[in-house]
Amino acid sequence: MPHRTFFWFFFPSGLAMLLFIGLPIISSFFQSLHIEPEQILMEVEKCDPFGCKTETKVDIEATTKLQEEQPLGRFNGLGTYGDRNHLAFDEIKEAWTNSSSMAEFTDILLNLPFYKALLFTLTFCFAVTPPVVVLGFIVALSVNTITKSLKGPTIFGVILPMIVTPLIGSLVLFWMIDAKGILGSFIQFLFDDPNLSLKSSSQLTWITLIIYGIWHNTPFAFVVFYAALQTVPQDPIEAAIIDGASRYERVRHIVIPHLYPVATFIILICLMDNFRVLEPIIGFAAEGVAQSLSWMIYNDLRSENKMLFGSAGATSMLTIIGVAILLTPVLIRTWREFRTER
Amino acid sequence: MKKLLIALLFTFVSTGAYADGHSPCGVTDGSIKILANEFTTYRIFMDEVKSCAGPDADFSVTHSVDHNKLQVAALSANPAEFSAKLVTNGSITTLMNDNLIRPLDDLVAKYGSALQDNQKIVIDGKIYAVAFMANAQHLWYRESILNDLGIAVPSTYEEVIAAAEKIKASGKMANPYAGAFKSGWNLGQEFVNMYLGHGGDFFKAGTAEVSVNNAKGVAALNMLKRLTEVSNPDFLTQDTNAVKEEWESGNVALMHIWNSGAASLLDDEGDQAIKADTRLAPSPSVGGGSKPATTLWWDGFGIATNTSDVNAEASFRALLGAATSTEMANANPNATIWLIDGYSPGDTAGPVVDAANRGATPYPSLPYMSLLHGALSTELVEFLQGNESAEKALADVEAAYVAKATEQGFL
Repeated sequence: MPHRTFFWFFFPSGLAMLLFIGLPIISSFFQSLHIEPEQILMEVEKCDPFGCKTETKVDIEATTKLQEEQPLGRFNGLGTYGDRNHLAFDEIKEAWTNSSSMAEFTDILLNLPFYKALLFTLTFCFAVTPPVVVLGFIVALSVNTITKSLKGPTIFGVILPMIVTPLIGSLVLFWMIDAKGILGSFIQFLFDDPNLSLKSSSQLTWITLIIYGIWHNTPFAFVVFYAALQTVPQDPIEAAIIDGASRYERVRHIVIPHLYPVATFIILICLMDNFRVLEPIIGFAAEGVAQSLSWMIYNDLRSENKMLFGSAGATSMLTIIGVAILLTPVLIRTWREFRTER
Repeated sequence: MKKLLIALLFTFVSTGAYADGHSPCGVTDGSIKILANEFTTYRIFMDEVKSCAGPDADFSVTHSVDHNKLQVAALSANPAEFSAKLVTNGSITTLMNDNLIRPLDDLVAKYGSALQDNQKIVIDGKIYAVAFMANAQHLWYRESILNDLGIAVPSTYEEVIAAAEKIKASGKMANPYAGAFKSGWNLGQEFVNMYLGHGGDFFKAGTAEVSVNNAKGVAALNMLKRLTEVSNPDFLTQDTNAVKEEWESGNVALMHIWNSGAASLLDDEGDQAIKADTRLAPSPSVGGGSKPATTLWWDGFGIATNTSDVNAEASFRALLGAATSTEMANANPNATIWLIDGYSPGDTAGPVVDAANRGATPYPSLPYMSLLHGALSTELVEFLQGNESAEKALADVEAAYVAKATEQGFL
């Protein structure tokens, strides 16, 4: 494609990306450098059904005036990035000098909200993505071999987990794994432990979330693999059959090499998606034990007080950096493949 | 204060409602959009609001247990997503901080002749909300189970635990106690109750500097831990509504939840044998203290600043009609303690009045209290799961609060 044609072809979507993705990111970045203006407090008399007393209240007039002078808030530089709810530099430094062993240091580190969330997010990413790729591939291979008349309904059944809204899907499972739900009581029966509850311990909750993640993401891998399977050239396969290659050998030496770039693509998208995990945490009411970076942003914007735009902006920026770091190896690999193909 | 409350709760002075002034009901202009918490008493109240608004009104109400988290974003927009919000002494502060609800003096002067003085929430000389009910958390128990095992109704949390352990040992129930321990607002509230019960103060007097990491805080946390040990292992996922379901399924013999729970626990739905066996008791005290470990609440409504005057007036009229409806109050005497003129309290009002008499404090309405409540909501989980010491959990609460309060400009 000539560069000129490519430019005009790409221009509309490039513009949309700039407007709806680029600018909001820049604006979040600016917001993350600011914190709310100082709150001016005053003592007033408050009367309610339980009586009257003098209490503190925000001086609305004075605070509004400050807000009008500084609509973005006070400039805080990278202060928000370094505070306890984000990268927590001071706390880490203190922990490093004061802890006697590596284990103690790790304990303190993973108790800080950002690192706690990062640990879960990364665990979720790396526990969910490989099984998704493998399962998606196996399901695609299986569906590819069944008779034509059954294919339609089977495909529909397989992609159902992806069609179901994540929040609804996780809520349904949440009720099923309840100690009195069908899955929960089956597991109790299986392990012969009437007090076993998937919701009560962090480890079991994490495992539940990961299994849900695999269940929800596999259809995506399946759809892409299934489409790619249709492009596998028939000639080498027939030649292999004549040479007496078994089914396994055909898959191993012809199909899989053909699908490598597709697998890279799936890994890329899955890692990106799973790094932003949020809905299952809400659906499974797992906020207490499993927090992700996205959940931190959500929590800042839905706290019971004023929305913490600065804090949410800082977490967003850190998430973007995290995604970039996570994807670098895969992108480098794709780039190399692209170069060799040329 | 306690005298005042009793006086307020039990004065049935008729002031001749609607004798003068405009009748609030039958709204034809403007739209009424209300955001409210989700529980049965609010449903009863909203039915009355709707019928007061009349068939021609543009009326809608959104019930959500997450109302506190939605309110700031929804009312900050201009025009606001909702024209009115049901508020409590807990949630009103957040709205006041950002000037999101408007003074109601003009509207009260025009329509509010039937209001009692104690319904008016006056801050710095202006009416910002109209209260219609009082609420508090207190103990509930199953009479037959306690009687069978010869257990006296517990009056302290130490006795609650002893009773729960006895029930557990008898094999009648595996997890006899329940409280709303869901991580989030509910869990924070459990700590607030228990800490106040131990006589603690959340802040250094007159400042926004937090101080919960002390002996009282540790004692409060340890008591919560012991309670969760006699609760359903899923306690971190159970909010008040989930606890009520546990109760109605007969899995629980002792619980500490809201007085307004009576509206659904004592209605004609569900297992009537359990209903007949359900008793209300005062909120227990703890750690040798005399105050019950609970907080007093009022529920009322506020009108959004960022809505048109027409919508504000329409919403005010409909809500006021319900907040002065003696018929609604007397038709549902046990749904809660109504603050409405002419209401005769039902048999369920006792524990709330008792809490006020024994010196329970109202939930602190400080501008930065919700930040501390938020920090409590998330930082106590690891302690309750046994992964952290009480001191460490409280140090985390303080650190999380300081980071947020600094960003918000309180420190």
